[in-house]
Amino acid sequence: MMPELGKYAVAVLGSYAASILLVAGLVALSIWQGRRVKRQLAEVEARQGKVDV
Amino acid sequence: MSIWEYANPKKFMQTSSWALPWVAGLAVVCLIVGLVWGFFFTPDDYKQGSTVKIFYLHVPAAMMAINAWVMMLVASLIWLVRRHHVSALAAKAAAPVGLTFTAIALVTGALWGQPMWGTWWAWDPRLTSFLILALFYLGYIALWQAIDNPDTAADLTAVLCMVGSVFAVLSRYAVNFWNQGLHQGASLSLDKEENVADVFWLPALVCIAGFVLLFVALVLMRTRTEIRARRLQALLARERLA
Repeated sequence: MMPELGKYAVAVLGSYAASILLVAGLVALSIWQGRRVKRQLAEVEARQGKVDV
Repeated sequence: MSIWEYANPKKFMQTSSWALPWVAGLAVVCLIVGLVWGFFFTPDDYKQGSTVKIFYLHVPAAMMAINAWVMMLVASLIWLVRRHHVSALAAKAAAPVGLTFTAIALVTGALWGQPMWGTWWAWDPRLTSFLILALFYLGYIALWQAIDNPDTAADLTAVLCMVGSVFAVLSRYAVNFWNQGLHQGASLSLDKEENVADVFWLPALVCIAGFVLLFVALVLMRTRTEIRARRLQALLARERLA
């Protein structure tokens, strides 16, 4: 199943690993920031009796 | 129905809440299909061997690194002309995504360049203009963080975005302006003679769709966060005054 990458295996696998890590990091950071802000906003809105947007 | 309706944060939040899962889901499907197809089911190139598999990451990432800046430019111009806050926040939200795509293009380019050119890096016109684009992304993000007043930050970053657009254009067309670089010309072209063979082109097309959809999904998600953060700041400011 695994293609024969020969002497370029490090370059090819390194590219895929680096790209997946960078995208996964960005997605994780975006989700974490989104949840944190949403939770903080909900707390302040609850305190002030406002409705979330 | 006008596009300007989405300048209303409430309307934007409503529409993006149902669009986001679909766009994100489609992005995941396209990326998995495109990358699995490209990695496992395409042949090696007669010149570049198995390194051609880097093409499915490098080209879409580079393309979106430039297009993200163009999107930021359009959103910044809308902010400067019409003063719609959502457009300024969308530009702010897109910058880390564009920076990540630029980093992917630079890293995969270095990993591809080493076995093909014998060097990780060269001060080639396209490589250099891409590095400057990455620095502009960092500067743009830093400028947003450095200014407390959000409207002033939006104004100044919009100006920086217009200046950086020169390098976004250079990144794309540098190989046409200067012929002495290591980097090859465009791999993708409407001209059948210039375009890569269909066996590489079709999975690349799916990967490009995946990167575009991933960009849209991340910008929607991050813009929603920015809108909430802006509301949070306003409510906290009101609380301090009370």
